[in-house]
Formats: sequence, C-alpha cells, structure tokens
Amino acid sequence: MTNEGKLNRIRLADIAIMIIVGAAMLICLIPFLHIIAVSLSSKQEIISDRVTIFPRGWDFESYKIVFQDSRMLRSMGLTIVLTTAFTIVSMIMSICAAYPLTKTQLKGRSFFMMIIVFTMFFSGGLIPEYLLVKQLGLLDSMLSLILPGMISAFNLIILRSFFSSIPDSLEESAYLDGSSHIGTLIRIVLPLSLPALATLSLFYAVSRWNGFMDALFYISNSEMYPIQLKLYQVVMNSMVTDLTAQEGAAATEVVAEGLKAASIMFATVPILIVYPWLQRYFVSGVMVGAVKG
Amino acid sequence: MNRSLARSKPLPLARRRQATGIWKDYQLYLLLILPIAYFILFKYVPMYGAAIAFQDYSIFKGVTGSEWVGFENFRELFKMEQFYIVVRNTLMLNFLDLIFSFPAPILLALLLNELRVTWFKKTAQTLLYLPHFISWIIIGGLVYQMFSNQGGLVNNVITAIGFDTVPFLTEKNHWLLVYLGTGIWQSAGWGTIIYLAALTGINKDLYEAADVDGASRLKKMWHITLPGIRPTIIVMLIMQLGHIMTIGFERPFVMGNTLVMDYAEVISTFVYKAGLQSAQFSLATAMGLFQALVGLFFVILSNTIAKRFGEQGIW
Repeated sequence: MTNEGKLNRIRLADIAIMIIVGAAMLICLIPFLHIIAVSLSSKQEIISDRVTIFPRGWDFESYKIVFQDSRMLRSMGLTIVLTTAFTIVSMIMSICAAYPLTKTQLKGRSFFMMIIVFTMFFSGGLIPEYLLVKQLGLLDSMLSLILPGMISAFNLIILRSFFSSIPDSLEESAYLDGSSHIGTLIRIVLPLSLPALATLSLFYAVSRWNGFMDALFYISNSEMYPIQLKLYQVVMNSMVTDLTAQEGAAATEVVAEGLKAASIMFATVPILIVYPWLQRYFVSGVMVGAVKG
Repeated sequence: MNRSLARSKPLPLARRRQATGIWKDYQLYLLLILPIAYFILFKYVPMYGAAIAFQDYSIFKGVTGSEWVGFENFRELFKMEQFYIVVRNTLMLNFLDLIFSFPAPILLALLLNELRVTWFKKTAQTLLYLPHFISWIIIGGLVYQMFSNQGGLVNNVITAIGFDTVPFLTEKNHWLLVYLGTGIWQSAGWGTIIYLAALTGINKDLYEAADVDGASRLKKMWHITLPGIRPTIIVMLIMQLGHIMTIGFERPFVMGNTLVMDYAEVISTFVYKAGLQSAQFSLATAMGLFQALVGLFFVILSNTIAKRFGEQGIW
C-alpha cells in the first residue's frame, strides 16, 4: 500500500469519528435550542407548531412575565443563598473529614473510613430520614436542605485521594518549621488542591441547585420553595395535566408554552453561566482515585 | 563519648511524633469530630429509625414508644399486588439502563480518544458534559417540549413528513424508550470522564509497538485501549449491578405520568406516596428497608463475583 493511500484512510476515519461525535453534540444541544426558541417566539408561531430550533416572531413577553413574577424571583434569590451556604458548609466539612483520613498515624483511620463508606451502600431509607428531620424540628426550614446532605461520601473520598497525592515531603517540612496540622492544611495542602476544591465545589453547588427531592419532602410552605420545586409546580404540573387531559381541552394551555419555556430557561441560565468557567477544572486526575472506594 | 554524641543528635521525626503520641495529633481528631457526628446523626440514626418497619409506628409515640409487631408490615407488603409491580419496574428500568446506558460512555470515550483536532475535542467534551448539570425537573420540561403529542418538536417533524403522531409519553412502551434515551442523553457524556481518565494511564509504548506491527486503528482499539480500561469498566459495572435495586427518585417521579404508571411506579416513588402522602410510615419504611437490604446483598454479590474472576472489586 502506498503511503498516500494510508494517509487518506486515516483522514476518512477521522472525519467519520468527527461526524459521529458531532451528531452526539447536536443531540445534546437541540433540546436547549428548541426551548430557547420557544421562549423567544410569539404565541401565534408556538400554537401553529412552527417553532423548531430558531425563534420565530421574536417576542420577549414570556421573559417579562417571569421577571415580573415576584414569587419566581424570590425562589431564585433564596436558591442562590441556599446554594452558596450549602457549598461553603459542605466544602468545610469535607475538608475537615478528608485531611485527617489521609494521615497514617490517625488511630482508628480504617474504622472511620468504614463507617463513611458503608453509608454509600446502605441507608435507613427516605421515611426514617424524614422522621429524623421532623423530630429535629427542621421541617420548613432552610437547614433541612443544608444539614442532612452536607457531606457526600463520594466527594469526600475524591478529596481524600487528592490530598493523598500531595507529596509528604512538603507537609513534613512545614511540621519541621513548627506548623500544626491545621496550619499545614491551610497553608500547604489547600493552596495545592485548588483544582480539586473547585471541582468539588461545583459538584456540591450543582447538586444543591438541581436537587428538589428533599425540598419536596421537607418544605411545605410555598414561600420557601427553592427554584426547582417552584419550577416543578409551575412547569411540570401543568405539562403533565396537558398530557393526560383530553385533546382540545388543553388547547388554551398551549398559549402558556412560551412562559414555561422561559421559566425553564430562567432556572437554567445560572448553571449555563457558571459551567464554562468551572468546566476547565474537571481535571481527569481528580476523578482517578474516585472509582475505588 | 560515642554514646553521648549519638544522644545529642535529634531523634528521627517518626520517633519524636511517637513520643508525644495522640496529643501531638489532637488537631486531626478535632477536625474529624463534626463530620463523624454528621454521619452518625444523619446516616446511622435513620438506620436505627428504620426499626419502625417492625412496629406499628405512631408519630406521637415515636420509635421508642410504638408497639412492636414483628414482620407484620412485611407480610402486608408482600401481600400487595403493587409491591410486585414496583419491584419489577425498578429492576426492569435499572436492568435496561444497564444494557443501554452503560456501554454508551465507553463507546463515546473511545471515540473522543480518537479525535485528533484539539479544539473539536474540547468543544465536544464541554457540550457532552452539559446535560449532567441540568436538573431532572428541567430535563422533564425539555422531554415534554420535544416529545409531547401536542406540539412536541419530534412529533411536529414526524407529522410534517407524513406519518402519524407517536404517543411517546402516553403509551408505556414508547415512554420506556424515551425514559431510557433520556438516561443516555443525561449521563453518557459525563460518564466518559472516568474512562478518559483511565485511558491516560495506558502505556504509550504499546501503541507504538502496534504501529510497528502495522495494526489498524480498530485493532489497536480492541487489543490495547479496551483491555487498558477493563479494570475501570469492571468497577463501574459492579457499582451499577450493586445498585440494581436502588433507583433515584427524581427521574421516574418527573418523567412518569398517570398514563404510564404501569412502568413508571418504582420503589422510591412508592415509598414517597405510601409514606409521605398516605402517612403509612411503617409500611413505607418496610419497603425502604427491603430495598436497602436486597441492594446491599447485590453490592456484596457483584463484588464477590468480580473478585472470583480475578478483578480488583471495590474493596
């Protein structure tokens, strides 16, 4: 075979792979493009099913309604505060747990690890957890959305293996200079772990931003609904009603389609803004140690 | 003389630390107090609380005051037709996920690994990871917008090219396809991360040696790349198999509707409805405990099998 022929074949294969991956990318993207298009299109165009992935008959009415809905804004503000508080608390707790567990001289280290890892494979279940939160008097309080899930055993293990990968010699020299464990953690270990800390903060923040199961269980006061639960109430409920209602009966609902799309975008945009900035920190190295428990 | 000289040298670090003992490390224990307290209060106390599965639980009497009824709740549970439906659905949805969603990130990672154009690869990864960061509520909304009978984009396209509307969300078998497809859509991209990480660990010399032997790209993929990530695949498979009884709450809850409940009602949604909506706390806890115990059994079983086959396992 000539050299040229081989080169061509490789190029063809490359193009084929790019086309397949490109198709996968398109599949990821189309639902978002469609919902953006719907949120920005006029009612007539939406009703007549002409909106695909480009907005038709530009109309910002839906967004105006969302931004004038004080309950929606309130939910959003509350969720931003909640997510920030949760992420800070979770990170502090995870760091506090992960660092000592890297130290071989820690007595009972494997016992502590065992009681943490075991929770990944066995749990008391939703109802006992609910009853606990109820008994602690946390129902209908923001604390019920922070405390019960503040440490993820999985994230803790990722952080622990990252801390372990930092060369001991660096910490040893700090000890020789008379630094305490906490001092070493703050001055040496944490500054060297910024990519891991950024990644885990993102994991915690996204899980809090997106989670709604606990809010559905613990929060009954609609004034305190986080954004996802609010969205569930506004968007999903009416969608499911449409779906199961008789044809024709739902015709009037269709008009609000743009509003639903705008609400969905409203809750998604914060993620879309933060995501690209933090995405570069998903160092593959952070995940390597994570697979093994 | 000799002895005193030796003594004046500082003790080795390890010895010094040992000499001062636990006290030297008190800060490590201090750091651990709150996290361990967290795990005990929010993870182990509910395990104790699961004892109400064996009680006729009354919210006023609490775990300590309620009457013990032995396996009465389990007997009642096993008599319910609904029980077998939700267990079947949970196993079915998880098993189909395992068949369809599990290989997807492996294939995608192999493809991404073959991409030579860096900017394209970076863009692809950014886009493919994105669905993982979207909540199930929003995904539910997207799915509805795409697949609804009335005005859904896919059905609009289908009717535009002259076919009949497909009841994607209202007929249970079609719904199943959408449910599985959505799972792949949401998790395949993010799932590649772990395999891409494993791929970086493969010795580059192997590829060079294969090049010298004139191996094709497909051959290299089959004989070098795949065996290279096999331990990772096995670990991920064990984890998935171990979770065959465990189903998240949000995905089936958001995607299900009354017309497809034959398939969409699973253990987690059943526990929610029986426990929190109908206040049958003991019955719902029994269901949860049944799931947790069977789940634990599957984790141990799959780990043992993996070890039997000479793989590493997860512990």
